[in-house]
Amino acid sequence: MSDRSNSKPETGAFFARDRAWHPPAFAPGYKTSVLRSPQRALLSLDGTISEITGPVFGHSILNELDNDLIHNFAKPGESAIGERIIVHGRVLDERGGPVPGVLLEFWQANAGGRYRHKKETYLAAIDPNFGGCGRAITDGDGHYAFRTIRPGAYPWPNGVNDWRPAHIHFSVFGHGFAQRLITQMYFEGDPMIWKCPIVGTIPDKQAIEQLIAPLDWGNTIPMDARAYKFDIVLRGRRSTLFENRLEGN
Amino acid sequence: MVQDLGYLKETPSQTAGPYVHIGLTPNYSEIGGVYETDLGSVMVNDKTLGERITVMGRVIDGAGAPVKDAVLEIWQADSAGIYNSPSELRGTADPNFTGWGRCPTSSTDGVFRFGTIKPGRVPFKDGRKMAPHITVWIVARGINIGLHTRMYFPEETEANAEDPLLARIEHRDRLATLIAEKEGSVYTFDIHLQGDKETVFLDI
Repeated sequence: MSDRSNSKPETGAFFARDRAWHPPAFAPGYKTSVLRSPQRALLSLDGTISEITGPVFGHSILNELDNDLIHNFAKPGESAIGERIIVHGRVLDERGGPVPGVLLEFWQANAGGRYRHKKETYLAAIDPNFGGCGRAITDGDGHYAFRTIRPGAYPWPNGVNDWRPAHIHFSVFGHGFAQRLITQMYFEGDPMIWKCPIVGTIPDKQAIEQLIAPLDWGNTIPMDARAYKFDIVLRGRRSTLFENRLEGN
Repeated sequence: MVQDLGYLKETPSQTAGPYVHIGLTPNYSEIGGVYETDLGSVMVNDKTLGERITVMGRVIDGAGAPVKDAVLEIWQADSAGIYNSPSELRGTADPNFTGWGRCPTSSTDGVFRFGTIKPGRVPFKDGRKMAPHITVWIVARGINIGLHTRMYFPEETEANAEDPLLARIEHRDRLATLIAEKEGSVYTFDIHLQGDKETVFLDI
């Protein structure tokens, strides 16, 4: 399971999470959060070995088409319908360094905003050549990339007339289980972003802007696919400035 | 002016949403043929060392209803108390044990179920031993940031009594929310998101 590189593994505890930057558990504009949010305070504890460590996945789990959502569910010779895009970026930690060798998983609706899921009842059509899932592992510099179609906006039963902006869900592992993160990527210039109650669970406008991927003209492939760049920042590890103390045993 | 510390801000969390299964457990969500198996669905094989156990339970919302669209991940040490992680410097973990599992709560009865082994004890930072435990992480529609908690073992009375995390729980009647119920090799660990029986969740 482990994909050990030559670099010395980092073992410091993680920076405390800034929970005022993240959305709060209780955010009544997003109705489902009302009954699914803890009301008691979280119990705080500096990371122990149980959170500093975490699973790391080797490239052996990946198939050739795992990062190509246009083709990984399509019939041979066919492809998903929609705007062809590339999404790429880096996974960094709060100290600005790359986080290599971490698994990212992506899922999304098709070009019409329809998810391939049995609980989904939106009247927009399923694309027979689009599954909507993909995954990638960051390289030595923390880079990842995948190819997909741009998802459509879709309506959901929250307010009477709520629509999600076009978005791609991201699941990111780090090197420690405390870095585990699920988030959503939005697209530059989408006016729906600022109307969305789920986006609105995030209190700080700057934090929301961190989820908006800009159009990356430089990496757009002419006559093929436009590119969007989405960098992800995971919790930083404290430097192990002092290791000359008895700990961990 | 002082120097800029130069740190970045962590990417903010967003809910995993109701269709999280498409990305994390596509085979469960009937998207076949993309991945061979759903990652984390198998933690052990027939060579794995340690006592085989089943960990199951439900996630229950503030109205007492089971949450049928959650995904849980667990992370734990092997039977000798070693994590299968590059950041583990105390030894090499059992190569036949992943230490990590992922399971959706069933869309019909809301039950999650992991086939795993009972973990060994691992040290706290000051060298004291923590009681055997399994780290649990929960995401779902309506949960804006993944919830961390821990499952402890009811038969480990002595170890639990000296566990540094359990010792930090001010309201002692809440300890019970982190301790599973045991019947044979099956541990039942219900997670209450809200209300009288609310599980202790961690900022860790």
